[in-house]
Amino acid sequence: MSDIWESIRNDFPILNRRFNGNRLIYLDNAATTQIPEYVLDGLMEFYKNSNANVHRGVYALSEEATDRYEKARETVRSFIGANRPEEILFVRGSTEGLNLIASSLGKYLFNGKKGGIITTIMEHHSNIVPWQFLQESGAELIFADIHDDGTLDYSFLDMIDENTKIVTVTGTSNVLGVIPDIKKIARKVHDAGAYLVVDGAQLVPHKEVNVNDLECDFLVFSGHKMVAPTGIGVVWGKYDLLEKIPPYMGGGDMIKEVHKYNATWNDLPQKFEAGTTNIAGAIALEKAIQYLKKIGMNKIEEREHTLTKMGMEIFDRMKNVTLYGPHENRASLFSFNIGRAHAHDVASIFDSLGIAIRAGHHCAQPLMERYNVTAMARASLYFYNSEEDVAMIEKGIEKVKQVFRT
Amino acid sequence: MSFDELYSEIFMEIYDHPHNFGTIESADLKSEDSNPLCGDKINIYIKIDENRRITDVKFTGKGCAISMVSASMLTDKIKGMRIEEVLAIKPEEVIELLKVPVGSTRVKCALLPLAVIRKATGINP
Repeated sequence: MSDIWESIRNDFPILNRRFNGNRLIYLDNAATTQIPEYVLDGLMEFYKNSNANVHRGVYALSEEATDRYEKARETVRSFIGANRPEEILFVRGSTEGLNLIASSLGKYLFNGKKGGIITTIMEHHSNIVPWQFLQESGAELIFADIHDDGTLDYSFLDMIDENTKIVTVTGTSNVLGVIPDIKKIARKVHDAGAYLVVDGAQLVPHKEVNVNDLECDFLVFSGHKMVAPTGIGVVWGKYDLLEKIPPYMGGGDMIKEVHKYNATWNDLPQKFEAGTTNIAGAIALEKAIQYLKKIGMNKIEEREHTLTKMGMEIFDRMKNVTLYGPHENRASLFSFNIGRAHAHDVASIFDSLGIAIRAGHHCAQPLMERYNVTAMARASLYFYNSEEDVAMIEKGIEKVKQVFRT
Repeated sequence: MSFDELYSEIFMEIYDHPHNFGTIESADLKSEDSNPLCGDKINIYIKIDENRRITDVKFTGKGCAISMVSASMLTDKIKGMRIEEVLAIKPEEVIELLKVPVGSTRVKCALLPLAVIRKATGINP
């Protein structure tokens, strides 16, 4: 078993790097993941052999590029169990995806009408700020709270009524590692005739996701958090809904006809893919999905569960260390503070041991306020991390405690 | 960046017992600012005489060791200086003052106190 994971590490050239004489221990996977050679080779191969703009060219090379781009879409469709490839929209990442949904669904729902949008206090800024924009259009933003252990307080479900238009919730908190029960939320949302948006940035990379099982209306995720390059991400939306809502950006490829003062929209998915998209990125995302599927999403989930359990044991042992988030049913990340030490000092001291962790507000300032802290340090794992990597968290904490005498 | 230099005993000693920590009730100049990156926040209180010479300076705040030590050292340095001299302090001088190598991300932490002092004296950083 461990041999498989050892050989998987060899797929990632960057894991051999050394900093200050130490082997790189990369524990910032919730921010971005590393890329295996298989994906890098795929990206390069596309540029070497098949690069052309898609959809408009009538020559063979452009047709080949188009076919490969659309095949990538099909791979994504199958990966998340969507019904139709037209439901897959390529975007830059989750942030652009959430902005697209907020803008287009917002225009569709709040056109002069009032209504409520419910989100949660643990959301990433990208699932808060785009919805704030809709306040000008008559939307009232309501925040669901969490319990002190970080788990979602489901009493907000009672606030969902005929006035509620949208509920938007993270699939996995990037700070607390909380995994909300989307199905439970979905039923209540749909009973009220509202729409459910799920931020899957921290969910889709770590476990098998089927959009029909989740019962949401929209899902977004980012390639760069699942061994693909930056600049490619996905919006999934239900076909009928994507048909109804207006486009997000205007430009080439998204139109059917353009006249001087008006235009008509292209069919899905092009309606939402204005301009030249990140074609090679889509190809690389396909390669990333192939790579993950070859290992198996269930195996990945199991592996992360093992590593997370190991990490939890460290935090259980450590005195004067505050770990945020639940003890059970948590994703593979640990946000924490050590005594009086500032999270940035914690990260600098970890760095001195070659351990890359993140420190700050993690783009979740409302959540920092909820816990009355300005910052947290965060170690986040992926399947290619080793047991030794996890054990280094303890070394890092010990060093911080020694320096800060805390 | 050498870790042992950055978090040296001397450095941590200043962090534990920063100079000029507190407030001045009758301050002539005061200001606050924060670093959105890490949530560090610093308040500066300055008393000046008729020649615009700093007679007393204090700070309060919450932040990482680098920003706190920088605030301690910088408030020490500007005591007795004229406002014009304070405004002439260059960022490099602050880094030099710290006597430790600060990485590119953490430079912002080191320079926050200078920014707040400049704001208090009426010049934007």
